[in-house]
Amino acid sequence: MKQITAILEGFGSTLQLLIRSIGYAGTLPRQWGRFIEQCYMIGYTTLPIVAILSFFIGSVLALQAGYSMQNFGTQQFIGSLVGLSMARELGPVMVAILVAGRVGSAIAAELASMKVYQEVDALVTMNIPPARMLVMPRLAASLVMVPVLALIGDLVGWFGGALVSKYTAIISIEPEAYFAVLRHYTHFKDVLNGLVKAEIFGFVVVLVCCNIGLNTRGGPREIGASVTRAVVVSLILILVLDYFVTQILT
Amino acid sequence: MSGTSHTRNPFTQVEIPAVGVTVEHLTKNFGSLKVLKDVSFAVQPGEIFVLMGPSGSGKSVLLKHIVGLELPTSGRVTVDGHDAASEVTRERVHMALVFQSGALFNSLSVYDNLALYPREHRLADEAGIRQKVMHALKILSLEGTAKKFPADLSGGMKKRVAIARALVMEPQLMLYDEPTSELDPVMSATISEIIASLREEYRVTTIVVSHDRDLALNIADRVGILMDGKLIFLGPPSELKQPKDPIVADFLAPKFDLKHPRFKQLET
Ligand SMILES: Nc1ncnc2c1ncn2[C@@H]1O[C@H](COP(=O)(O)OP(=O)(O)O)[C@@H](O)[C@H]1O
Ligand SMILES: [Mg+2]
Repeated sequence: MKQITAILEGFGSTLQLLIRSIGYAGTLPRQWGRFIEQCYMIGYTTLPIVAILSFFIGSVLALQAGYSMQNFGTQQFIGSLVGLSMARELGPVMVAILVAGRVGSAIAAELASMKVYQEVDALVTMNIPPARMLVMPRLAASLVMVPVLALIGDLVGWFGGALVSKYTAIISIEPEAYFAVLRHYTHFKDVLNGLVKAEIFGFVVVLVCCNIGLNTRGGPREIGASVTRAVVVSLILILVLDYFVTQILT
Repeated sequence: MSGTSHTRNPFTQVEIPAVGVTVEHLTKNFGSLKVLKDVSFAVQPGEIFVLMGPSGSGKSVLLKHIVGLELPTSGRVTVDGHDAASEVTRERVHMALVFQSGALFNSLSVYDNLALYPREHRLADEAGIRQKVMHALKILSLEGTAKKFPADLSGGMKKRVAIARALVMEPQLMLYDEPTSELDPVMSATISEIIASLREEYRVTTIVVSHDRDLALNIADRVGILMDGKLIFLGPPSELKQPKDPIVADFLAPKFDLKHPRFKQLET
Protein backbone atom coordinates (compact mmCIF):
# COMPACT_ATOMS: atom_id res chain seq x y z
CA MET A 1 0.00 0.00 0.00
CA LYS A 2 2.77 2.42 0.96
CA GLN A 3 4.69 1.56 -2.20
CA ILE A 4 1.62 2.18 -4.34
CA THR A 5 1.10 5.66 -2.88
CA ALA A 6 4.82 6.36 -3.38
CA ILE A 7 4.60 5.34 -7.04
CA LEU A 8 1.47 7.42 -7.60
CA GLU A 9 3.07 10.40 -5.86
CA GLY A 10 6.18 10.02 -8.00
CA PHE A 11 4.06 9.86 -11.12
CA GLY A 12 2.09 12.92 -10.06
CA SER A 13 5.10 15.05 -9.21
CA THR A 14 6.85 14.02 -12.44
CA LEU A 15 3.82 15.08 -14.44
CA GLN A 16 3.69 18.41 -12.60
CA LEU A 17 7.36 19.01 -13.28
CA LEU A 18 6.81 18.18 -16.96
CA ILE A 19 3.95 20.65 -17.28
CA ARG A 20 5.87 23.38 -15.50
CA SER A 21 8.98 22.81 -17.61
CA ILE A 22 7.02 22.88 -20.86
CA GLY A 23 5.58 26.19 -19.70
CA TYR A 24 9.13 27.60 -19.65
CA ALA A 25 10.00 26.35 -23.15
CA GLY A 26 9.78 29.93 -24.38
CA THR A 27 12.79 30.91 -22.26
CA LEU A 28 15.06 28.57 -24.24
CA PRO A 29 16.61 31.29 -26.43
CA ARG A 30 17.84 33.24 -23.43
CA GLN A 31 19.07 30.08 -21.72
CA TRP A 32 21.04 29.13 -24.82
CA GLY A 33 24.29 28.77 -22.89
CA ARG A 34 22.78 26.27 -20.46
CA PHE A 35 21.16 24.38 -23.32
CA ILE A 36 24.47 24.01 -25.17
CA GLU A 37 26.20 22.96 -21.95
CA GLN A 38 23.60 20.22 -21.42
CA CYS A 39 23.85 19.10 -25.06
CA TYR A 40 27.55 18.71 -24.48
CA MET A 41 26.95 16.80 -21.24
CA ILE A 42 24.44 14.42 -22.80
CA GLY A 43 26.00 14.04 -26.22
CA TYR A 44 29.70 14.36 -26.01
CA THR A 45 30.27 12.49 -22.75
CA THR A 46 28.04 9.58 -23.75
CA LEU A 47 29.29 9.23 -27.31
CA PRO A 48 32.42 7.08 -26.73
CA ILE A 49 30.59 4.48 -24.66
CA VAL A 50 27.66 4.42 -27.11
CA ALA A 51 30.11 3.80 -29.95
CA ILE A 52 31.96 1.01 -28.17
CA LEU A 53 28.81 -0.79 -27.05
CA SER A 54 27.07 -0.44 -30.40
CA PHE A 55 30.07 -1.83 -32.18
CA PHE A 56 30.10 -4.95 -30.06
CA ILE A 57 26.35 -5.41 -30.10
CA GLY A 58 26.37 -5.27 -33.90
CA SER A 59 29.27 -7.71 -33.94
CA VAL A 60 27.60 -10.17 -31.59
CA LEU A 61 24.35 -9.98 -33.54
CA ALA A 62 26.19 -10.91 -36.74
CA LEU A 63 28.07 -13.68 -35.01
CA GLN A 64 24.99 -15.26 -33.44
CA ALA A 65 23.00 -14.89 -36.65
CA GLY A 66 25.82 -16.46 -38.64
CA TYR A 67 25.98 -19.36 -36.21
CA SER A 68 22.26 -20.13 -36.41
CA MET A 69 21.86 -19.31 -40.10
CA GLN A 70 24.64 -21.59 -41.30
CA ASN A 71 22.27 -24.52 -40.72
CA PHE A 72 20.02 -23.13 -43.41
CA GLY A 73 22.67 -21.61 -45.61
CA THR A 74 21.00 -18.21 -45.31
CA GLN A 75 24.06 -16.25 -44.18
CA GLN A 76 23.59 -13.70 -46.94
CA PHE A 77 20.60 -12.29 -45.04
CA ILE A 78 22.65 -11.35 -41.98
CA GLY A 79 22.66 -7.71 -43.09
CA SER A 80 18.89 -7.49 -42.80
CA LEU A 81 18.88 -9.04 -39.33
CA VAL A 82 21.59 -6.78 -37.95
CA GLY A 83 20.14 -3.76 -39.74
CA LEU A 84 16.61 -4.16 -38.42
CA SER A 85 17.43 -5.32 -34.88
CA MET A 86 19.89 -2.51 -34.39
CA ALA A 87 17.65 0.21 -35.82
CA ARG A 88 14.32 -0.83 -34.34
CA GLU A 89 15.21 -2.26 -30.96
CA LEU A 90 18.74 -2.64 -29.70
CA GLY A 91 20.05 0.76 -30.76
CA PRO A 92 17.42 2.88 -29.00
CA VAL A 93 17.13 0.68 -25.90
CA MET A 94 20.87 0.49 -25.43
CA VAL A 95 21.34 4.23 -25.89
CA ALA A 96 18.55 4.88 -23.40
CA ILE A 97 20.17 2.56 -20.86
CA LEU A 98 23.52 4.30 -21.33
CA VAL A 99 21.89 7.70 -21.00
CA ALA A 100 20.25 6.53 -17.76
CA GLY A 101 23.57 5.29 -16.37
CA ARG A 102 25.79 8.09 -17.59
CA VAL A 103 23.57 11.17 -17.75
CA GLY A 104 20.55 10.34 -15.56
CA SER A 105 22.72 9.41 -12.60
CA ALA A 106 24.76 12.61 -12.96
CA ILE A 107 21.62 14.74 -13.17
CA ALA A 108 20.09 13.07 -10.11
CA ALA A 109 23.34 13.52 -8.16
CA GLU A 110 23.72 17.17 -9.10
CA LEU A 111 20.13 18.17 -8.40
CA ALA A 112 19.95 16.09 -5.21
CA SER A 113 23.06 17.80 -3.92
CA MET A 114 21.65 21.22 -4.84
CA LYS A 115 18.49 20.30 -2.95
CA VAL A 116 20.25 18.94 0.14
CA TYR A 117 22.59 21.93 0.34
CA GLN A 118 19.60 24.29 0.01
CA GLU A 119 20.68 25.72 -3.34
CA VAL A 120 17.24 24.87 -4.69
CA ASP A 121 15.59 26.69 -1.78
CA ALA A 122 17.86 29.65 -2.50
CA LEU A 123 16.64 29.67 -6.11
CA VAL A 124 13.02 29.65 -4.96
CA THR A 125 13.60 32.58 -2.58
CA MET A 126 15.24 34.41 -5.50
CA ASN A 127 12.09 33.83 -7.53
CA ILE A 128 13.96 31.69 -10.04
CA PRO A 129 11.87 28.56 -10.69
CA PRO A 130 14.08 25.42 -10.60
CA ALA A 131 11.97 23.94 -13.41
CA ARG A 132 13.00 26.82 -15.64
CA MET A 133 16.69 26.97 -14.88
CA LEU A 134 17.53 23.36 -14.01
CA VAL A 135 15.03 21.13 -15.81
CA MET A 136 13.92 22.78 -19.04
CA PRO A 137 17.40 23.11 -20.65
CA ARG A 138 18.14 19.47 -19.81
CA LEU A 139 14.89 18.24 -21.34
CA ALA A 140 15.48 20.28 -24.48
CA ALA A 141 19.02 18.95 -24.77
CA SER A 142 17.80 15.36 -24.41
CA LEU A 143 15.34 15.88 -27.27
CA VAL A 144 18.14 17.01 -29.54
CA MET A 145 20.98 14.74 -28.48
CA VAL A 146 19.51 11.32 -27.73
CA PRO A 147 18.30 10.64 -31.30
CA VAL A 148 21.70 11.72 -32.57
CA LEU A 149 23.34 9.22 -30.22
CA ALA A 150 20.93 6.51 -31.34
CA LEU A 151 21.68 7.19 -35.01
CA ILE A 152 25.41 7.00 -34.39
CA GLY A 153 24.80 3.77 -32.46
CA ASP A 154 22.92 2.30 -35.43
CA LEU A 155 25.69 3.17 -37.88
CA VAL A 156 28.50 1.86 -35.68
CA GLY A 157 26.55 -1.33 -34.93
CA TRP A 158 25.95 -1.99 -38.62
CA PHE A 159 29.60 -1.44 -39.28
CA GLY A 160 30.54 -3.90 -36.50
CA GLY A 161 28.23 -6.49 -38.08
CA ALA A 162 29.88 -5.95 -41.46
CA LEU A 163 33.37 -6.49 -40.03
CA VAL A 164 32.36 -9.70 -38.28
CA SER A 165 30.57 -10.96 -41.39
CA LYS A 166 33.69 -10.51 -43.48
CA TYR A 167 36.24 -12.00 -41.12
CA THR A 168 34.29 -14.89 -39.57
CA ALA A 169 34.91 -18.17 -41.36
CA ILE A 170 31.36 -19.52 -41.08
CA ILE A 171 29.91 -16.31 -42.58
CA SER A 172 32.48 -14.82 -44.99
CA ILE A 173 30.31 -12.18 -46.62
CA GLU A 174 31.84 -9.16 -48.33
CA PRO A 175 30.73 -5.77 -46.90
CA GLU A 176 29.20 -4.78 -50.26
CA ALA A 177 26.84 -7.76 -50.15
CA TYR A 178 26.14 -7.24 -46.45
CA PHE A 179 25.19 -3.59 -46.88
CA ALA A 180 23.19 -4.30 -50.03
CA VAL A 181 20.94 -6.68 -48.08
CA LEU A 182 20.87 -4.34 -45.10
CA ARG A 183 19.75 -1.42 -47.28
CA HIS A 184 17.16 -3.53 -49.03
CA TYR A 185 15.41 -4.71 -45.89
CA THR A 186 16.01 -1.80 -43.49
CA HIS A 187 13.85 1.12 -44.48
CA PHE A 188 14.06 4.73 -43.48
CA LYS A 189 10.82 4.11 -41.56
CA ASP A 190 12.55 1.50 -39.37
CA VAL A 191 15.39 3.85 -38.52
CA LEU A 192 12.97 6.68 -37.78
CA ASN A 193 10.91 4.35 -35.63
CA GLY A 194 14.02 3.63 -33.53
CA LEU A 195 14.97 7.29 -33.26
CA VAL A 196 11.48 8.19 -32.02
CA LYS A 197 11.80 5.45 -29.41
CA ALA A 198 15.19 6.75 -28.31
CA GLU A 199 13.77 10.26 -28.12
CA ILE A 200 10.92 9.14 -25.88
CA PHE A 201 13.15 7.04 -23.63
CA GLY A 202 15.81 9.73 -23.31
CA PHE A 203 13.24 12.43 -22.49
CA VAL A 204 11.54 10.28 -19.86
CA VAL A 205 14.87 9.30 -18.29
CA VAL A 206 16.01 12.92 -17.98
CA LEU A 207 12.62 14.05 -16.65
CA VAL A 208 12.42 11.28 -14.07
CA CYS A 209 16.01 11.80 -12.91
CA CYS A 210 15.42 15.56 -12.55
CA ASN A 211 12.30 14.92 -10.50
CA ILE A 212 13.93 12.38 -8.21
CA GLY A 213 16.91 14.68 -7.69
CA LEU A 214 14.73 17.70 -6.87
CA ASN A 215 12.59 15.67 -4.46
CA THR A 216 15.51 14.54 -2.35
CA ARG A 217 14.91 15.15 1.35
CA GLY A 218 17.22 14.88 4.31
CA GLY A 219 20.99 14.94 4.55
CA PRO A 220 23.91 14.24 2.22
CA ARG A 221 23.41 10.49 2.64
CA GLU A 222 20.18 10.81 0.65
CA ILE A 223 22.08 11.97 -2.45
CA GLY A 224 23.40 8.47 -3.04
CA ALA A 225 19.98 6.95 -2.41
CA SER A 226 18.45 9.33 -4.97
CA VAL A 227 21.01 8.40 -7.60
CA THR A 228 20.33 4.71 -7.13
CA ARG A 229 16.59 5.26 -7.25
CA ALA A 230 16.89 7.43 -10.36
CA VAL A 231 18.84 4.78 -12.28
CA VAL A 232 16.63 1.87 -11.19
CA VAL A 233 13.40 3.71 -11.99
CA SER A 234 14.85 4.79 -15.35
CA LEU A 235 15.80 1.24 -16.32
CA ILE A 236 12.39 -0.15 -15.37
CA LEU A 237 10.63 2.63 -17.26
CA ILE A 238 12.74 2.08 -20.38
CA LEU A 239 11.82 -1.60 -20.57
CA VAL A 240 8.14 -1.09 -19.75
CA LEU A 241 7.82 1.84 -22.15
CA ASP A 242 9.66 -0.17 -24.81
CA TYR A 243 6.87 -2.72 -24.89
CA PHE A 244 4.10 -0.16 -25.23
CA VAL A 245 5.90 2.16 -27.63
CA THR A 246 6.80 -0.80 -29.86
CA GLN A 247 3.16 -1.84 -29.92
CA ILE A 248 2.01 1.63 -30.82
CA LEU A 249 4.68 2.23 -33.46
CA THR A 250 4.24 -1.05 -35.36
CA MET B 1 11.08 52.72 14.67
CA SER B 2 7.85 54.28 13.43
CA GLY B 3 5.79 53.59 10.32
CA THR B 4 7.62 56.38 8.53
CA SER B 5 10.84 54.37 8.26
CA HIS B 6 12.20 54.08 4.71
CA THR B 7 14.49 51.50 3.14
CA ARG B 8 17.21 52.87 0.88
CA ASN B 9 18.26 50.89 -2.19
CA PRO B 10 22.03 50.28 -1.93
CA PHE B 11 22.50 50.74 -5.70
CA THR B 12 20.07 53.44 -6.76
CA GLN B 13 19.73 55.19 -3.37
CA VAL B 14 15.97 55.35 -4.02
CA GLU B 15 13.94 55.25 -0.81
CA ILE B 16 10.76 53.24 -0.36
CA PRO B 17 8.69 52.60 2.78
CA ALA B 18 10.18 49.82 4.91
CA VAL B 19 8.15 46.64 5.30
CA GLY B 20 6.89 44.96 8.47
CA VAL B 21 6.24 41.31 9.20
CA THR B 22 3.47 39.78 11.30
CA VAL B 23 3.23 36.24 12.53
CA GLU B 24 -0.28 35.41 13.76
CA HIS B 25 -1.02 32.22 15.70
CA LEU B 26 1.40 30.29 13.52
CA THR B 27 1.27 26.53 14.05
CA LYS B 28 3.27 24.04 12.03
CA ASN B 29 3.24 20.25 12.18
CA PHE B 30 5.34 17.84 10.17
CA GLY B 31 3.19 14.73 10.39
CA SER B 32 2.84 14.10 14.10
CA LEU B 33 5.79 16.36 14.97
CA LYS B 34 4.56 19.68 16.34
CA VAL B 35 7.29 22.19 15.51
CA LEU B 36 5.61 25.57 15.99
CA LYS B 37 2.81 26.04 18.50
CA ASP B 38 0.67 29.17 18.20
CA VAL B 39 3.50 31.67 17.71
CA SER B 40 2.58 35.35 17.36
CA PHE B 41 4.72 38.44 17.07
CA ALA B 42 5.26 41.43 14.81
CA VAL B 43 8.44 42.89 13.37
CA GLN B 44 8.28 46.66 12.85
CA PRO B 45 9.48 48.24 9.60
CA GLY B 46 13.19 48.98 9.78
CA GLU B 47 13.94 47.17 13.03
CA ILE B 48 16.36 44.36 13.79
CA PHE B 49 14.49 41.48 15.36
CA VAL B 50 16.60 38.67 16.78
CA LEU B 51 14.97 35.30 17.26
CA MET B 52 16.83 33.09 19.71
CA GLY B 53 16.27 29.57 20.95
CA PRO B 54 17.92 26.20 21.34
CA SER B 55 18.67 23.94 18.38
CA GLY B 56 15.61 22.19 17.05
CA SER B 57 13.19 24.71 18.55
CA GLY B 58 11.81 25.58 15.11
CA LYS B 59 13.67 28.81 14.28
CA SER B 60 14.63 27.85 10.72
CA VAL B 61 11.14 26.52 10.08
CA LEU B 62 9.73 29.87 11.19
CA LEU B 63 12.05 31.75 8.80
CA LYS B 64 10.99 29.49 5.96
CA HIS B 65 7.38 30.48 6.60
CA ILE B 66 8.28 34.14 6.23
CA VAL B 67 9.89 33.60 2.81
CA GLY B 68 7.13 31.23 1.74
CA LEU B 69 9.20 28.04 1.56
CA GLU B 70 6.87 26.36 4.09
CA LEU B 71 3.12 26.73 4.44
CA PRO B 72 1.46 27.09 7.87
CA THR B 73 -0.60 24.22 9.26
CA SER B 74 -2.73 27.00 10.77
CA GLY B 75 -2.27 30.68 11.41
CA ARG B 76 -0.88 33.30 9.10
CA VAL B 77 2.30 35.14 8.24
CA THR B 78 2.19 38.47 6.44
CA VAL B 79 4.93 40.56 4.89
CA ASP B 80 4.04 44.19 4.27
CA GLY B 81 0.42 43.16 4.78
CA HIS B 82 0.47 40.41 2.13
CA ASP B 83 0.17 36.70 2.84
CA ALA B 84 3.70 35.25 2.88
CA ALA B 85 2.42 31.93 1.53
CA SER B 86 1.39 33.55 -1.75
CA GLU B 87 3.85 33.57 -4.62
CA VAL B 88 2.78 37.08 -5.58
CA THR B 89 4.18 38.41 -2.31
CA ARG B 90 7.64 37.22 -3.26
CA GLU B 91 7.39 39.24 -6.47
CA ARG B 92 6.04 42.32 -4.73
CA VAL B 93 8.37 42.46 -1.73
CA HIS B 94 12.06 41.82 -2.16
CA MET B 95 13.04 39.35 0.55
CA ALA B 96 16.45 37.82 0.86
CA LEU B 97 17.25 34.87 3.08
CA VAL B 98 20.86 34.25 4.04
CA PHE B 99 20.87 30.50 4.64
CA GLN B 100 22.73 28.98 7.56
CA SER B 101 24.93 27.02 5.17
CA GLY B 102 25.21 29.98 2.81
CA ALA B 103 23.55 27.91 0.07
CA LEU B 104 25.92 29.38 -2.49
CA PHE B 105 25.73 27.78 -5.93
CA ASN B 106 28.76 25.54 -5.84
CA SER B 107 29.07 25.24 -9.59
CA LEU B 108 29.22 29.02 -10.05
CA SER B 109 31.97 31.49 -9.23
CA VAL B 110 31.34 34.15 -6.59
CA TYR B 111 30.73 36.68 -9.35
CA ASP B 112 28.18 34.45 -11.09
CA ASN B 113 26.51 33.67 -7.76
CA LEU B 114 25.83 37.37 -7.32
CA ALA B 115 25.00 37.98 -10.97
CA LEU B 116 22.45 35.17 -11.20
CA TYR B 117 19.52 37.12 -9.76
CA PRO B 118 19.82 40.24 -11.96
CA ARG B 119 20.56 38.08 -15.00
CA GLU B 120 17.59 35.78 -14.53
CA HIS B 121 15.26 38.68 -13.93
CA ARG B 122 16.88 40.75 -16.69
CA LEU B 123 17.30 43.76 -14.44
CA ALA B 124 20.24 45.27 -16.31
CA ASP B 125 22.66 44.63 -19.16
CA GLU B 126 25.97 42.86 -18.44
CA ALA B 127 27.75 46.16 -17.79
CA GLY B 128 25.07 47.24 -15.35
CA ILE B 129 25.14 43.87 -13.65
CA ARG B 130 28.92 43.99 -13.35
CA GLN B 131 28.72 47.37 -11.69
CA LYS B 132 26.11 46.15 -9.27
CA VAL B 133 27.90 42.93 -8.39
CA MET B 134 31.21 44.68 -7.83
CA HIS B 135 29.48 47.30 -5.69
CA ALA B 136 27.87 44.60 -3.53
CA LEU B 137 31.22 42.83 -3.18
CA LYS B 138 32.83 46.13 -2.22
CA ILE B 139 30.24 46.81 0.50
CA LEU B 140 31.37 43.55 2.13
CA SER B 141 35.09 44.00 1.29
CA LEU B 142 35.09 40.97 -0.98
CA GLU B 143 36.44 42.47 -4.22
CA GLY B 144 39.25 39.92 -4.38
CA THR B 145 36.97 36.89 -4.36
CA ALA B 146 34.95 37.53 -7.54
CA LYS B 147 36.67 34.82 -9.56
CA LYS B 148 36.86 32.24 -6.77
CA PHE B 149 34.50 29.31 -6.28
CA PRO B 150 32.56 28.73 -3.05
CA ALA B 151 34.63 25.63 -2.23
CA ASP B 152 37.77 27.80 -2.06
CA LEU B 153 36.36 30.21 0.54
CA SER B 154 36.66 30.14 4.32
CA GLY B 155 33.51 29.87 6.46
CA GLY B 156 33.42 33.58 7.23
CA MET B 157 33.92 34.54 3.59
CA LYS B 158 31.12 32.22 2.49
CA LYS B 159 28.77 33.96 4.91
CA ARG B 160 29.83 37.35 3.56
CA VAL B 161 29.35 36.23 -0.03
CA ALA B 162 25.90 34.94 0.90
CA ILE B 163 25.10 38.35 2.40
CA ALA B 164 26.45 40.10 -0.70
CA ARG B 165 24.30 37.86 -2.90
CA ALA B 166 21.29 38.82 -0.80
CA LEU B 167 22.15 42.54 -1.15
CA VAL B 168 22.12 42.29 -4.94
CA MET B 169 18.42 41.46 -4.65
CA GLU B 170 17.90 45.01 -3.29
CA PRO B 171 16.04 43.56 -0.32
CA GLN B 172 13.40 45.32 1.71
CA LEU B 173 13.54 42.45 4.18
CA MET B 174 16.74 40.64 5.14
CA LEU B 175 16.55 37.32 6.95
CA TYR B 176 19.61 35.65 8.40
CA ASP B 177 19.66 32.05 9.61
CA GLU B 178 22.37 31.63 12.26
CA PRO B 179 24.82 33.97 10.51
CA THR B 180 27.48 33.62 13.21
CA SER B 181 27.33 29.92 14.01
CA GLU B 182 30.51 28.00 13.17
CA LEU B 183 32.54 31.23 13.19
CA ASP B 184 35.23 32.32 15.61
CA PRO B 185 34.37 35.18 18.03
CA VAL B 186 36.07 37.91 15.97
CA MET B 187 34.42 36.81 12.74
CA SER B 188 31.09 36.58 14.60
CA ALA B 189 31.50 40.18 15.72
CA THR B 190 32.37 41.18 12.15
CA ILE B 191 29.19 39.59 10.79
CA SER B 192 27.13 41.22 13.56
CA GLU B 193 28.62 44.57 12.58
CA ILE B 194 27.77 43.95 8.94
CA ILE B 195 24.15 43.14 9.80
CA ALA B 196 23.86 46.23 11.96
CA SER B 197 25.54 48.54 9.47
CA LEU B 198 23.41 47.32 6.57
CA ARG B 199 20.41 48.24 8.64
CA GLU B 200 21.90 51.61 9.60
CA GLU B 201 22.79 52.54 6.03
CA TYR B 202 19.84 51.12 4.14
CA ARG B 203 17.30 50.77 6.95
CA VAL B 204 16.27 47.38 5.72
CA THR B 205 13.97 45.41 8.02
CA THR B 206 16.06 42.61 9.48
CA ILE B 207 15.23 39.31 11.18
CA VAL B 208 18.15 37.34 12.58
CA VAL B 209 17.87 33.80 13.87
CA SER B 210 20.74 33.13 16.19
CA HIS B 211 21.72 31.75 19.54
CA ASP B 212 24.60 34.17 19.68
CA ARG B 213 23.99 36.13 22.88
CA ASP B 214 26.49 38.88 22.01
CA LEU B 215 24.85 39.47 18.68
CA ALA B 216 21.42 39.77 20.28
CA LEU B 217 22.55 42.10 23.07
CA ASN B 218 24.56 44.34 20.74
CA ILE B 219 22.48 44.80 17.62
CA ALA B 220 18.88 43.78 18.36
CA ASP B 221 16.06 46.27 18.74
CA ARG B 222 13.88 43.47 20.06
CA VAL B 223 14.43 39.83 20.87
CA GLY B 224 12.14 36.81 20.80
CA ILE B 225 13.03 33.49 22.36
CA LEU B 226 11.53 30.34 20.92
CA MET B 227 11.58 27.17 22.98
CA ASP B 228 9.88 23.92 22.04
CA GLY B 229 7.93 25.74 19.35
CA LYS B 230 6.54 28.37 21.75
CA LEU B 231 7.56 32.00 22.09
CA ILE B 232 8.59 32.30 25.74
CA PHE B 233 10.07 35.81 25.65
CA LEU B 234 9.47 38.92 23.60
CA GLY B 235 11.05 42.25 24.46
CA PRO B 236 14.03 44.60 24.20
CA PRO B 237 17.50 43.09 24.73
CA SER B 238 17.95 45.18 27.89
CA GLU B 239 15.40 42.91 29.60
CA LEU B 240 17.66 39.96 28.87
CA LYS B 241 20.43 41.27 31.10
CA GLN B 242 18.49 40.29 34.25
CA PRO B 243 15.78 37.94 32.95
CA LYS B 244 12.94 37.19 35.37
CA ASP B 245 12.02 33.86 33.83
CA PRO B 246 14.40 31.14 35.12
CA ILE B 247 14.13 29.20 31.85
CA VAL B 248 15.24 32.25 29.87
CA ALA B 249 18.04 32.89 32.35
CA ASP B 250 19.27 29.33 32.05
CA PHE B 251 19.16 29.46 28.25
CA LEU B 252 21.22 32.64 28.08
CA ALA B 253 23.72 31.79 30.81
CA PRO B 254 23.61 28.08 31.50
CA LYS B 255 25.18 27.12 34.83
CA PHE B 256 27.65 24.27 34.86
CA ASP B 257 26.78 21.63 37.41
CA LEU B 258 28.97 18.59 37.13
CA LYS B 259 27.18 16.82 40.00
CA HIS B 260 23.85 16.90 38.16
CA PRO B 261 24.82 17.25 34.50
CA ARG B 262 22.08 18.23 32.10
CA PHE B 263 22.71 15.45 29.62
CA LYS B 264 21.81 12.86 32.25
CA GLN B 265 18.41 14.49 32.76
CA LEU B 266 17.52 14.51 29.08
CA GLU B 267 14.67 12.30 28.04
CA THR B 268 15.41 10.37 24.92
N1 LIG C 1 10.88 19.48 6.24
C1 LIG C 1 10.83 18.92 7.47
N2 LIG C 1 10.20 17.75 7.66
C2 LIG C 1 10.12 17.19 8.88
N3 LIG C 1 10.63 17.73 9.99
C3 LIG C 1 11.27 18.91 9.88
C4 LIG C 1 11.41 19.56 8.62
N4 LIG C 1 12.08 20.72 8.80
C5 LIG C 1 12.37 20.77 10.13
N5 LIG C 1 11.89 19.70 10.78
C6 LIG C 1 11.97 19.45 12.22
O1 LIG C 1 11.52 20.60 12.88
C7 LIG C 1 12.25 20.80 14.08
C8 LIG C 1 12.78 22.21 14.12
O2 LIG C 1 13.76 22.38 13.12
P1 LIG C 1 14.52 23.75 12.85
O3 LIG C 1 13.55 24.83 12.62
O4 LIG C 1 15.50 23.48 11.77
O5 LIG C 1 15.28 23.99 14.22
P2 LIG C 1 16.28 25.17 14.57
O6 LIG C 1 15.60 25.95 15.64
O7 LIG C 1 17.51 24.53 15.09
O8 LIG C 1 16.51 25.97 13.34
C9 LIG C 1 13.34 19.75 14.11
O9 LIG C 1 12.93 18.73 14.97
C10 LIG C 1 13.40 19.25 12.69
O10 LIG C 1 13.77 17.90 12.67
MG1 LIG D 1 18.22 26.15 12.16
